[in-house]
Amino acid sequence: MDALAKSEFLPREHVAQKPLVFWRPTAKTGIVSWLTTVDHKRIGFLYGLFALFFFLVGGVEALLIRLQLAVPNNHILTSAQYNEMFTMHATTMIFLSVMPLSAAFFNFIMPLQIGARDVAFPRLNAFSLWTFVAGAIILNIGWFQASGAPAGGWFGYTPLTTRQFSPHHDIDMWVMGLQLLGVASIAASLNFVVTIINLRAPGMTMMRLPVFTWMTLVTAFLIVLAFPAITIALVELMMDRLFGTNFFEVSNGGMPILWTHLFWVFGHPEVYILILPAMGIVSEILPTFARKPLFGYPIVVFSGVCIGFLGFGVWSHHMFTTGMGAMATAAFSVTTMAIAVPTGVKIFNWVGTIWGGHLQMRTPMMFAMGFIWLFMIGGFSGVMHAAAPADSQQHNSYFVVAHFHYVLIGGSLFGLLAGIHYWFPLMFGRKVSEFWGKLSFWVIFIGFNVTFFPMHFLGLNGMPRRTFTYDANMGWAQGNLIATIGAFILAIGVGIYFTVMIYTFFNGERVGRDPWDARTLEWSLPNPPPEYNYRSLPHVRARDSWWYDKHNPAESHKPEAGHDGAHAGIHMPFQSIYPFTAALGLLVGGFAVSNMDPGTGHKLIVALIGLAIVVGSIYLWSLEGNEGYHLHPEDEEPSGSGHKTH
Amino acid sequence: MSSTAAAGTIDHHHDPTTSTGIPNKKLVMWAFLASDCMFFGCLISTHLIYRLHPPPGVPQARQVFSIELTSFSTFILLMSSLMMALAVNAIQKGNLRSLRSSLLTTIFFGCIFLGCQVYEFNNFVFEKHMTITNSILGTTFFTLTGTHGTHVAIGVFWLLLMYVRSFQPQDTDARPYWFLRNLLHIAVFIGAIVLTGYLLIWLAWAFQAGGFTLATLGKFAGANVLAAIADVACFLGIFRLGRTAGPYAFDEANAVDVEMMGLYWHFVDIVWIVIFTAVYLLEYI
Repeated sequence: MDALAKSEFLPREHVAQKPLVFWRPTAKTGIVSWLTTVDHKRIGFLYGLFALFFFLVGGVEALLIRLQLAVPNNHILTSAQYNEMFTMHATTMIFLSVMPLSAAFFNFIMPLQIGARDVAFPRLNAFSLWTFVAGAIILNIGWFQASGAPAGGWFGYTPLTTRQFSPHHDIDMWVMGLQLLGVASIAASLNFVVTIINLRAPGMTMMRLPVFTWMTLVTAFLIVLAFPAITIALVELMMDRLFGTNFFEVSNGGMPILWTHLFWVFGHPEVYILILPAMGIVSEILPTFARKPLFGYPIVVFSGVCIGFLGFGVWSHHMFTTGMGAMATAAFSVTTMAIAVPTGVKIFNWVGTIWGGHLQMRTPMMFAMGFIWLFMIGGFSGVMHAAAPADSQQHNSYFVVAHFHYVLIGGSLFGLLAGIHYWFPLMFGRKVSEFWGKLSFWVIFIGFNVTFFPMHFLGLNGMPRRTFTYDANMGWAQGNLIATIGAFILAIGVGIYFTVMIYTFFNGERVGRDPWDARTLEWSLPNPPPEYNYRSLPHVRARDSWWYDKHNPAESHKPEAGHDGAHAGIHMPFQSIYPFTAALGLLVGGFAVSNMDPGTGHKLIVALIGLAIVVGSIYLWSLEGNEGYHLHPEDEEPSGSGHKTH
Repeated sequence: MSSTAAAGTIDHHHDPTTSTGIPNKKLVMWAFLASDCMFFGCLISTHLIYRLHPPPGVPQARQVFSIELTSFSTFILLMSSLMMALAVNAIQKGNLRSLRSSLLTTIFFGCIFLGCQVYEFNNFVFEKHMTITNSILGTTFFTLTGTHGTHVAIGVFWLLLMYVRSFQPQDTDARPYWFLRNLLHIAVFIGAIVLTGYLLIWLAWAFQAGGFTLATLGKFAGANVLAAIADVACFLGIFRLGRTAGPYAFDEANAVDVEMMGLYWHFVDIVWIVIFTAVYLLEYI
């Protein structure tokens, strides 16, 4: 069953003459090929590159924050600059680095794991990528403008972010940038949902899906259902700021607490959007290097689904100090404690996986083990916050900062760093040296703990978040100095990690197929995988499909009649420029709208031009059709001998 | 596959190329609608919450709303869903003529709904003095119903593009200017909708202001003669470009495109039922 084969549900192949606007680029190298690519692996690679760039930007912002806090009464940054730093550090790390890095793995790995040739809507995928870039540009362009970068906190609480208290355009650009990122995330997630449900290879039932693919599905549903809440909150704020409505205007009956609710209705599922992909990656790595199947696969999957479901019912634990009333506080306290149960179940399953295994302590395994430890510490402090009376004490203190860095760096980031090491040989055909990989792990691990463990004590000693400096007699000087030293150790670790990664990309040791002797389907491919992924679509016979095939060679070599792509050639979709131009239109329009002042007509005209580019691009995109060409691979290497069928 | 499937040979409820048998386009639309539910859910919640805490001086919703007009436009929107369903049914049988007439009726009903909304907004702002800025009711009402109206407008635009797309010829070599022709078709269509809406609303206001007299009509005609001529020209263009000159590339295989659009249209209708209940009817209990 060729998932991308022509069927009655796709337009016919023969379209003879088309106007010039329907020109389809065919370049396989060069800048045009990258701007017009619809290949999920290239798109994943680009997501990864942008994410790592913004990871470094966010890291520099973090170092500046730590430098400012290193000693009491420091004045490296002004208070206004400090506000910009912590706002942009959080926004960048969450939306421009961890989420797109997860998206890079969704794009690159997920279709390979389910035995598909691409995602369901390749051009929509490209649109998501470029819209993400447009949103990232609008978020960050304030650094180069008179208004300065956004400084309202990543949570953007009203009334601080209303026109009255933030009169400049930085908040407008923050609002617009996040809206574009929302469009990008929702479009990408719709694509992943359809891909996982509809493009599985024959025999790949839902309960045979690799856990990473399962977590991709849960994350995609979370994005699809949670992002509308922040989008509407942002729309209401934008209406207040641009058109003078009263959503958050107290004097006319607006209630700023509405923003807080809408934001956290999104914001709490968002933390599971950040952690579930990492949990999926770890669930792939542990069985591979423990030489055992994942312990309790169905329980791990259902725990992930359960976390996603409960994640929508806990948002008010961010608001225990707003005076919601005893009943609401108790209810959200209970649901928050309940969500720790499936999380704990997962941790026990991971422990069960490595229990009695023949552990191979390779670099990905080190990061995965680090993930379990650090995420557990962050989880424990999370349960402490669930108790509302204790939370009133910890609220807005550095204890919270310590907690969420343990789950975001120790959790999400360690999982993603493990994933980069794990799939690097598949993506590029080269392997990172074990010595340098492990060295970077230990430096990152030590640096991370030195930075964030003291923050628990700082928080319990009353140091508030988002304060740009403090007095020497507060008793916070020692902890802050240690944290700053730790931050630089962490920076050195990250520096080693990426230097080695870049070196390996160009000069690393070449490895053959399946260097880890892994279990899931993507490892059956040559590395790097050819453009069409699977020459003939795989037939899945068991949960750890590739492992099963390796150990039952007689069964797996039976020819599958009718599934060999080499007969009629492999259908490949044409590239397209319109996803890129549509995103460009969003960038132009979004930039104009977010810089609009009352009574400036020319910016309205620019906004309308942007809209026209978007509408025109989408129109041409839908008319150019999803045709393609056929590729006839001679062997398993990408031969490039494809010829156009029309 | 053959380029023209004989009518009735496609199983529209099962796509053999997907794992589940559901066409990808249909599935992505269902997933999008789930997302859109959350969008409207947040906006409707906002309205309902603020409705419970009106500050002093907020206009009374009952004195602002005109339930007769809104009931009429609600009925029209529901009937448009019927026509949309007929359009999907027509293309699943490969009946292009029936598809086109059903699409045109759907567009027509959608435009009536939008026209009523434009009239209603005008009325609220200039007669009832409820603007988007001067009260919390205006803020939530205009934002919520405006968002819904935008959805309807996007739907009408999509229907229009689908209608024009159904004129794409099968033999593009014989008719090389088909694409420019389609663009012209879209332009006259949008022109006709905008000009007709403008003229009708102008006329309604003129009658309200000057009474239902010949003099008012004469004043109206004098002020809008150019717009009226342009409007007639647009309609002539629609008739001219809408003549059948087959064979067309659009056929039964495109049924999933129309069905996907239909899902969107029905969803927007259902949202209006919720809004009509929660925003309008609730005020009369």
